[in-house]
Amino acid sequence: MKDTQQKNVKVSIKHLYKIFGEDPQSVLPRVKEGLGKTELLEQTNHVLGLNDINVDIHEGEMTVIMGLSGSGKSTLIRHLNRLIEPTDGEVLVDGENILDWNESKLRKLRRETMSMVFQKFALLPHRTVLENAGMAMATRGQSRKDFESEANKWLDRVGLDGYGNQYPHQLSGGMQQRVGIARALTSNSPIMLMDEAFSALDPLIRTDMQDLLLELQAELHKTVIFITHDLDEALKLADHLVILKDGAVVQQGEPQQILLEPSDPYIEDFVSDINRARVLRARSVMEEGAPSGEVSGEVDVNDNLESVIAKAGGDLDRSFAVTRKGERVGTLDMATIMRALVPREASRDTARA
Amino acid sequence: MATYDGVFNALGLREWCDGGQSDGPMSMDALLAQTGGGSEKTFWDFPFPSLDALNEACGKIPQSRDLTVGLEQGFLAIRDALQVVLDPVTQPLSWLLRNALHVMTDTPWWIVIPILLLVCWAVTRSLKLVGFVAIVIGLLAFIDHYEYAMQTLAIIFVCAFICVLIGVPIGIGMSRSDKAQRVIIPILDMLQTLPPFVYLIPLIFLFSVTEPKLYGIAIILYAIVPVVRLTDLGIRLVDKDVIEAADAFGMTSHQKLFGVQIPLALPNIMAGVNQTIMMSLAMVVIASLVSAPGLGVLVLRGIRNLELGVGLVAGFGIVLLAILLDRVTKASLARIDASQSSR
Ligand SMILES: Nc1ncnc2c1ncn2[C@@H]1O[C@H](COP(=O)(O)OP(=O)(O)OP(=O)(O)O)[C@@H](O)[C@H]1O
Ligand SMILES: [Mg+2]
Repeated sequence: MKDTQQKNVKVSIKHLYKIFGEDPQSVLPRVKEGLGKTELLEQTNHVLGLNDINVDIHEGEMTVIMGLSGSGKSTLIRHLNRLIEPTDGEVLVDGENILDWNESKLRKLRRETMSMVFQKFALLPHRTVLENAGMAMATRGQSRKDFESEANKWLDRVGLDGYGNQYPHQLSGGMQQRVGIARALTSNSPIMLMDEAFSALDPLIRTDMQDLLLELQAELHKTVIFITHDLDEALKLADHLVILKDGAVVQQGEPQQILLEPSDPYIEDFVSDINRARVLRARSVMEEGAPSGEVSGEVDVNDNLESVIAKAGGDLDRSFAVTRKGERVGTLDMATIMRALVPREASRDTARA
Repeated sequence: MATYDGVFNALGLREWCDGGQSDGPMSMDALLAQTGGGSEKTFWDFPFPSLDALNEACGKIPQSRDLTVGLEQGFLAIRDALQVVLDPVTQPLSWLLRNALHVMTDTPWWIVIPILLLVCWAVTRSLKLVGFVAIVIGLLAFIDHYEYAMQTLAIIFVCAFICVLIGVPIGIGMSRSDKAQRVIIPILDMLQTLPPFVYLIPLIFLFSVTEPKLYGIAIILYAIVPVVRLTDLGIRLVDKDVIEAADAFGMTSHQKLFGVQIPLALPNIMAGVNQTIMMSLAMVVIASLVSAPGLGVLVLRGIRNLELGVGLVAGFGIVLLAILLDRVTKASLARIDASQSSR
């Protein structure tokens, strides 16, 4: 997917700053000179929410923004539909700076171009599931008759057929979030904002929901901006991964790349705990070029290392041809795999020793 | 010789003081002294430097009585202007009250009681409550208090209705602007803490005692507070996440108010309405002092003529009405709550 064609930039965030406090403009120059979050708070009593964010969000891709609590994820995603006004910078949607837009244009953007899924579901408790799902269309002024079939279609699609007349409080958390997703889908907007959409769900339901999202995405190709504080979730979903820390981007790029080449001790810490064999894929660790010698089998570019190891039966001197759509594009031997499985910092240490 | 003579002498104000001492009205102190016979003052009796005490030493200083007299005269001076504005504005209230009293008492009981029971059924959907209401009204009618009870109910219905009509929009306004809230809350505090009798004093000056609006306004001023407060509170308490979702999907503030905020604040607003009705009932009894008809009149008679039985039975009737109104509004409130989430 990623390396095949370059996609359009749908949303572009340029030099975005957000400072919370009495008089943000007055301290902005000092932030631009490089004053950090803690110093800013100590010296001026302002909170640095976002610090010079530059992110391009490509059409049809799932961009995941990850960071620990308080790193500014929610603040960032709320700039995309201007639920929060920035202190400085630009947000371009289809090339237009939405910060210049007036209220009615902005409302049109929120109604038709972007939809949002919330961590705490934020359904209307006094409306039925069906009415909640049709909320975006109802807000545009359509009557129940008009949105009923569309809302029902998406409720069915997320696995809630027959629940249309229930009230949200009659459903479990996972089902409520399905309604939240159906609500976003029914709006038929090309961009979906998801703020920790699955964080309030328990692990099994969460995996279900991630699978549902991937399935929907394979079908609909929306531009999704997904927020999470969970690296496994980020790696599972991301086409493009942005890692935030203290309101600034520490690294962004293809998730596999970040995993193999973390640019920062903070990220090294982050990635040290995950199951690399399951996350890393053949294409990210293989050597380019068709295999020259003999190989003991073929694996797909998108196979993860776990499955390759299983294929080798643990035998350390196997090597495989890596194929993309049947064509051999690379070689992968077990030694490379083993090396890739050890996090980078550790390998640096052994090299030194 | 007054205690504070020395002070004015020392300040060199003696001449200014004596300029007007001749015919000032007698101070309260002087009046008391006259009747009690002037005894020599000791240090023990050293007076607080109040207006009256100072007046004794210096005639130019006004007496405390001048304050109350001045206030009264000031009020009388603006009364006519106030009446020109207030009279027409409040006229519909008189009209409403007269008609409600007329309808409730002149319609035969065998029409009024079934209608009341039907209304009760419509808002509570509880046969038990309808039965309770039937028993209460039947009991009151049985001891020949039917007409008084209906008068009291009529006044409460009109006043509570107007409280909601005015109070809910004020509460909405308050919830949308912190500035409005800051201005209105002290007024509400004042209305709530002023003893109910105090309302009546300026109202008696403004309106004729034969006008129903006199007691109507007193009741409304007293009873409007909870519905305003709870509307404001209810809207402010609406889940921030839900409001954010409404914004994120591009609702206009009008859509948000009527589609989200008011429906979600409804349980609180209804709790305010319940309180408002109960406070109207409390006030309608006191308002019988200024010619409000109803059970309060009987209570008043009990006090005035020391007719113990009359007063107690009427009081018992008021308690019954209070329970009835409370149960019915609470039941309809519970119904609203149940049809909503368990937030
Ligand atoms: N309205 C506000 N006023 C002041 N500071 C704020 C405000 N909103 C957010 N912040 C600050 O901005 C920073 C980022 O907050 P944000 O809610 O975006 O974090 P987050 O990454 O979404 O965290 P979480 O994972 O807990 O949701 C925090 O330090 C927070 O204190
Ligand atoms: Mg957050």
